[in-house]
Amino acid sequence: MSTDALAANEAAAETARPTMEVDIACVGFGPAMGGFLTTLTRAWKERPDDPAFASRVAPGMPLQVLCYERADDIAAGVSGVVTRAQGIRETIPELNPAEIPMAAAVTEERVLYLLDPIAASRRSWALRVGDFLLRALDRWAWRVDDDAFELPWTPGFLRKHGGLVLSLGQFNQWVGSQLMASGLVQIWPGMPVSAPVFAGNAVKGIRLTDQGVDRAGAPADGFMPGMEVRAPLTVVGDGPVGAVGQAIDWKLGLPEGHAQSDWALGMKMVIELAEDTPLKPGMVWHTFGYPEPEIFGFLYVHPGRVASVGIFVPSWMGDPERTAYRYLQHYIQHPALWRYLKDGTLRSWGAKSLQESGKHGEPYLTGDGFARIGEGSGSTNMLTGSGVDEAWTTGTQLADAVVELLRAGKEFSRDNLAATYEARRRASRIEREAEQAQNARMGFHWGMVRGMMGMALAGLTRGHVSLDGRIPPAREQIRPFSAKSVGVKQKEAERLLRAAHAGGCPLHDALMTARGWPDIEFDGRLLVSQQDALLLGGKVQAAAGFADHVVFRDLHLCAECAEKTCVAMCSGQAITRDAEGVGFDREKCVHCGSCVWNCAHANVEFRAGAGGLHSAEN
Amino acid sequence: MANGLQIVVCAGIVPDPLQTLEPVSGVDGPGLKNEMVLPAVLDPWAACALYEAARLAASVPGSKLWLVSLGPKAKLQQVMMTVGQKAAFELVAIDGPIGGFADAHATAAALAEAIAALPGLEPERLLVFGGWESATRGAGVTLELVGQRLGITDKFQGVDQTALREDGSFEVLERVEGGKHQVSACAGAPAVLGWATGSLAEPRNNPQTGMQNMRGIMPALQNAKTVKLDANGLRYMQVSLPKQQRETRVEKNMAPDAIARELVEWMAAE
Repeated sequence: MSTDALAANEAAAETARPTMEVDIACVGFGPAMGGFLTTLTRAWKERPDDPAFASRVAPGMPLQVLCYERADDIAAGVSGVVTRAQGIRETIPELNPAEIPMAAAVTEERVLYLLDPIAASRRSWALRVGDFLLRALDRWAWRVDDDAFELPWTPGFLRKHGGLVLSLGQFNQWVGSQLMASGLVQIWPGMPVSAPVFAGNAVKGIRLTDQGVDRAGAPADGFMPGMEVRAPLTVVGDGPVGAVGQAIDWKLGLPEGHAQSDWALGMKMVIELAEDTPLKPGMVWHTFGYPEPEIFGFLYVHPGRVASVGIFVPSWMGDPERTAYRYLQHYIQHPALWRYLKDGTLRSWGAKSLQESGKHGEPYLTGDGFARIGEGSGSTNMLTGSGVDEAWTTGTQLADAVVELLRAGKEFSRDNLAATYEARRRASRIEREAEQAQNARMGFHWGMVRGMMGMALAGLTRGHVSLDGRIPPAREQIRPFSAKSVGVKQKEAERLLRAAHAGGCPLHDALMTARGWPDIEFDGRLLVSQQDALLLGGKVQAAAGFADHVVFRDLHLCAECAEKTCVAMCSGQAITRDAEGVGFDREKCVHCGSCVWNCAHANVEFRAGAGGLHSAEN
Repeated sequence: MANGLQIVVCAGIVPDPLQTLEPVSGVDGPGLKNEMVLPAVLDPWAACALYEAARLAASVPGSKLWLVSLGPKAKLQQVMMTVGQKAAFELVAIDGPIGGFADAHATAAALAEAIAALPGLEPERLLVFGGWESATRGAGVTLELVGQRLGITDKFQGVDQTALREDGSFEVLERVEGGKHQVSACAGAPAVLGWATGSLAEPRNNPQTGMQNMRGIMPALQNAKTVKLDANGLRYMQVSLPKQQRETRVEKNMAPDAIARELVEWMAAE
């Protein structure tokens, strides 16, 4: 538990601040909240005179439902996805992908194992033998084209047939505009929520972030204390690193035996393809094996010659100098992809953390006055590699429960929410699939081959057979810094470390070059520096007057830390080595939250903050 | 000012300038590629006018502030969720086409008609604010034309500052050639002021202000009058974006003199 965060929370609670009463306070606008608010407003519109939808806090008014979103726009800062869209279609039967910009029905799926064409990746001997056989038997037993082996079929658990390729930013914008047009709910962007308001273990509402403060959060010019929004029900959908969800976890802990140990950083580019591209809207590629065996990748094709291409760098990749941007650049240059991407242009770029513990990481879903939905509630399914539809569905389940409680005139107590929302969730396909998936990733902690075997076992047996094991906390998955753990000779490691301390090339970048990864030949169009990706692709912004949302609890610990994985994994190069150990530049932060799980000493706090990505095409 | 001011801010919406913008030509003339996909913001020049108007209205008791905005209703709605947190106003929404390539005369006609129809409007209290330029197309004539249609003769452009006097007259600082300001005195409303940047920082997002505005924003959007802007024979020969060139590198300890020197060399080479 973060004592610093609790102390800060208590100090903030002492500040005199305006208050407001609403019926339902919602935190974070993503697919889960989209599902919640869409289901709620549809029920409302079906029976507008239903007294259940009369406000309890503002007599004579309709239900007061307010949603606060941290990002500057509800379309900003999320990701391209492929989803089965089962839950979304159940909520919106009339859904027409043509109405949603950048949406396409899935038309074709491929799974590719990518060989390493430049022999720089760190592959186990077993994998090397496999690669050798694949190449040796090319054209005899199978085909290896462009250093890629295509699986003859897409395993059922990965298939998204009948689903949609989406830009989540555009989808959120589409859903949000319909919700706001209904006039029944309000969605306020650019308004981070700093903490829940506790009364004992009950949540009585939320506290909005203070504005007009310095970097440390102390009142400065134009100080405006964040409003306290009190509500009988707080719906928490602020994602895996959201401030409200984290605070509830700190306060209540996780259920017995649960831990959020598996994480990944997803980083992607949105690329405008060449005019004569053969890639068709709705094509979906899943890849594995390159640029490192632990890194999975994807390519989804949107309408209008646009593709989302990206990778996932997982926590089980123990390299303390693991990184994402450089790997992403090598990934898109793999011959199997580069053939289609080389004449493309970068349109957008972004990154986010994914909570990959599934049911093992599920927090308390309900409590007195609050309910959790979406990724932060452990809904992401790591076997099927999907989270959007699952998140959406948890939102719809909560909305159904809320309508039931409103109609019954019951309060939003833990027991009532458990009997309605949790019961619905436990009885749903989301739960069944989550149970099947819960051990699917166990093997990856012993290497990629065993990981793939474990995943296949769990997937093909619907979870009946899987590898077992204990997954260590994410911070313990980071191997101590040594020449061996970073893959170079001792003297070379020391030299590069000295250079990095002196302000030279970032260490993770230098280490990759030292391990044989070729330098990136920037073309100014698709292959650009990380700072250009940040500004041209991510359009990153940070409004003044907010406190730093990334806080290092003990800088002495940072100074002594040999790993500094937070620096290597910082998506925006916002965390850098400096004289004090590390420094944070808020204006470069994309709010991916990777610093939280990439600290070997649990020394980083990720608080509520404004700004971040402004791209709406992610 | 016995009865306070009636300030009307004309403010369009534009694609968030941070987005990747690419001009395209369609059957309806020039536009931006995927413009409806891009998030929109209040035109930055007009936004300055809104903040100045809000300050002025707050300083004169009995004043009222309207925001008149023309654009696609769905986009207006999205923008208002942010703008509505920054200043208290009453929205007048006009559901019209997106983009900055509409004919300024047709746009001005729609705006002037909406302003003239405001209930309780008193010309002797009326100040029409707007942007001197626009982030989409800097013809800078729309506000002038709005003033003409409303019969307002006192018009100021490139305004950076106003100082209201007790008797309702005011002093205006207008940008003129050579980086200087021209000081004018105006006897009072009605007047048109096209703002440059003003001097106010962007206000904080205030949830109370947002809630207060929301009571009027949603009905205004629901009741938005739909207009079709005639091209009036307007034809664009060529459309382009300002040239951009990026050369990024990270420098942590470079002296300001060295940075300035390098910038000058870089500009001189262009």
